[in-house]
Amino acid sequence: MDHFEVFGLPRRLAIDAVELQRKFYELSRRGHPDFHQGASPERQAEVLAASARLNAAYRALRDPVARIEYLIRLEEGRQTREGATVKPKAPPELLEEIFEIQEALQEAKSGGLDAAARETLGAQRERLRDRYAEEESRLRGPLSQAWDAAEPNERSARLTAFKEALATRAYLRTVIDDIEEALGGSEEGYVPHRRH
Amino acid sequence: MSRIVGIDLGTTNSLVAYVDDKTGLPRVIPDRDGQVLLPSIVSFTGEGVLVGAAAKRQLVRRPEATVYSVKRLMGRGYDDVKEELPYLPFAVAPADGIVKIQIGSREVTPPEVSAIVLRSLKERAEAHFGEPIEKAVVTVPAYFNDSQRQATKDAGRIAGLDVVRIVNEPTAASLAYGLERIREGLIAVYDLGGGTFDISILRVKDGIFEVLATNGNTHLGGDDFDRAVVRWLLEDIRATHQVDLAGDPEAMQELRLAAEAAKMRLSADERTALTIPFDGFTYHREIARAELERLIASLVDSTLTPCRMALADAGLAPADIDEVVLVGGSTRVPLVRRRVQELFGKTPHSQLNPDEVVALGAAVQAHILAGGITNMLLLDVTPLSLGIETLGGIVSVLIPRNTTIPTNAREMFTTSVDGQRVVDMHVVQGERELAKDCRSLARFELSGIDPMPAGMPKIEVVFLIDANGILNVTATELRSQKAAAIEVKPTYGLSEADVERMVEESFTYAEADVEARLLIETRNEADTVITHVERALAQGRHLVGDDERRAIEAALAALKEARTSTDRDRIREATTAMNRATEHLAELMMDAALKGALASRRADEIMER
Repeated sequence: MDHFEVFGLPRRLAIDAVELQRKFYELSRRGHPDFHQGASPERQAEVLAASARLNAAYRALRDPVARIEYLIRLEEGRQTREGATVKPKAPPELLEEIFEIQEALQEAKSGGLDAAARETLGAQRERLRDRYAEEESRLRGPLSQAWDAAEPNERSARLTAFKEALATRAYLRTVIDDIEEALGGSEEGYVPHRRH
Repeated sequence: MSRIVGIDLGTTNSLVAYVDDKTGLPRVIPDRDGQVLLPSIVSFTGEGVLVGAAAKRQLVRRPEATVYSVKRLMGRGYDDVKEELPYLPFAVAPADGIVKIQIGSREVTPPEVSAIVLRSLKERAEAHFGEPIEKAVVTVPAYFNDSQRQATKDAGRIAGLDVVRIVNEPTAASLAYGLERIREGLIAVYDLGGGTFDISILRVKDGIFEVLATNGNTHLGGDDFDRAVVRWLLEDIRATHQVDLAGDPEAMQELRLAAEAAKMRLSADERTALTIPFDGFTYHREIARAELERLIASLVDSTLTPCRMALADAGLAPADIDEVVLVGGSTRVPLVRRRVQELFGKTPHSQLNPDEVVALGAAVQAHILAGGITNMLLLDVTPLSLGIETLGGIVSVLIPRNTTIPTNAREMFTTSVDGQRVVDMHVVQGERELAKDCRSLARFELSGIDPMPAGMPKIEVVFLIDANGILNVTATELRSQKAAAIEVKPTYGLSEADVERMVEESFTYAEADVEARLLIETRNEADTVITHVERALAQGRHLVGDDERRAIEAALAALKEARTSTDRDRIREATTAMNRATEHLAELMMDAALKGALASRRADEIMER
């Protein structure tokens, strides 16, 4: 049973978040191990496995980007995440700017950053954040809609488009994290550890 | 279904609760003296083991044999805890993947010490219900890792309790509040206890308590506040009395208790004073709340980063939170309340007793499991990402942090050499990129693979985190559909054989006669009084007249004589008589100490001019 089937959903990216949560709560009420403590050990093991499957499915479908990553795996017939990591790739139009950033980051490692360099890096981080947000809304919006509308023979091209967007997003994430580390994470609300 | 109780196994205090069938509300169970909190302290005396208040009275008398705050050592290795060992008066030594506490010639592990506390609560519940209690829900900090949870489960087993569920403390608290006091919406539970800090963000809707994110620090709590105060007091004593008490375990324990008590008083009062009689001098010091706040400010501030991380993981801003709930004794500290209020911009809830609310919630969860409640459901998360070590020591995350549990992940493994029959894997928990920076959970060895060319075997490994937050691993060779044999080598923790042995041993140790235990307690109390009186006479004999001094000496001799008998009532009467005889002397000494402190302050003022 794939994650879409767990929720009785077709393999489409357009999912109503409120409806998904309602269904998740309903299925949890029915099948959570808490409500089957008196059952036989075999039945309890089944309940545990089903509950784990439900939670894994909810995790994969709840977030629109995680949903795309799961869809790619599913379409390519992979049971596990093995080989699923997308190799980060720099967006071509930003190559020059990223080259500058990398130089500044090298300097930050060997010495310190002067105020001007910090300001430049800060501004560059803002631009990359905007670009990141743009890539993410492209994934959630037009690319997801295009997949749902695609004919079977167009799907492979759609998957490739997803992978390219994911690769760009992953690359931007790494550079943004590196800049934040170099700037010292002094900013309010900065989360120093890895995102998933 | 048999009765299930809820237990809060705390760093400082532990307690047991149940849900009353008639009212449907959770209730804590008091002991024979009406006390609800059982100090999580165990003292190993020559004659037997003391627990709770009786053990607490031994802290100063037998610092090397009285174990407290053992929760900070649960499921940990020596390297994890060595920085705090200077603050512990008992000896902690490294052992294979765990630590051991050395009490004279005896060695005990942290789960065995916790088991003694659990057994005492079990007996309390059995006395209350008049029936055997064999099942319990036990709470742990949300940010506890797999080994710490497993150690807690082991402690239950050693105590003769089947721990049917490990529940996270902040979520348990939300269940207790959820019964009547909070509306639906987004809730932040800020839980600062004696030794641990958790923040959990929940969505409550239609009776479902869904944890969205959790974060914390399993080594931050009221104990650390006390240590900050103790460091400051040590410095002050060095300056005013030219004495260094750091190497004296008894004095350090006195200081710690005085610091803790002063901290607690400063939650209500703006100023407080502490007076401690030491050998040769009496130390007196006034502390203002502002001074305490200066000492603990950085500790309190360090709880705010996990709060922001949890909010970020939940995709929320502080203003999105509808209600903030305070849990744990350390949230009584006004500075903590102020900081939480500033962060979330709203007044936090604290109507339920912060010491009891976790146990009450554990009782609610126990009642759910027993089938007594069907309209509430807790969906908790795993606090730390679970991954495996791949080539180059990089971690490949299988289950990200804040995933709802139970949950699972699958991974394919194969061989890299022709005819290879065994595959190893290393499972870690944590948020860092490199395996060496994460917490090693276990090494698994998949064996019995049929010899095949490299890359041919397809072994599917399923990692399942159960509702307790504990990892279970199974493996199948897909070509043969044969379950692969797995040998687990946990990095931290007790082996199955160790636990079995401890379960056996606990019966022989624990079945000590109640009467014998009470006698030890009474004698110990007498010893404490004798020590204090002897010290007081040495320092203050000039304060009282000859008649009074002779009366005190007579009472002392009578108590020493009574102490050698086995008649508990006689020892207690002699102790009471001793206390009465010295009441006046104690008052005089207190006055003298206050005057002395005042005089020295005047001297300081004069010097400054």
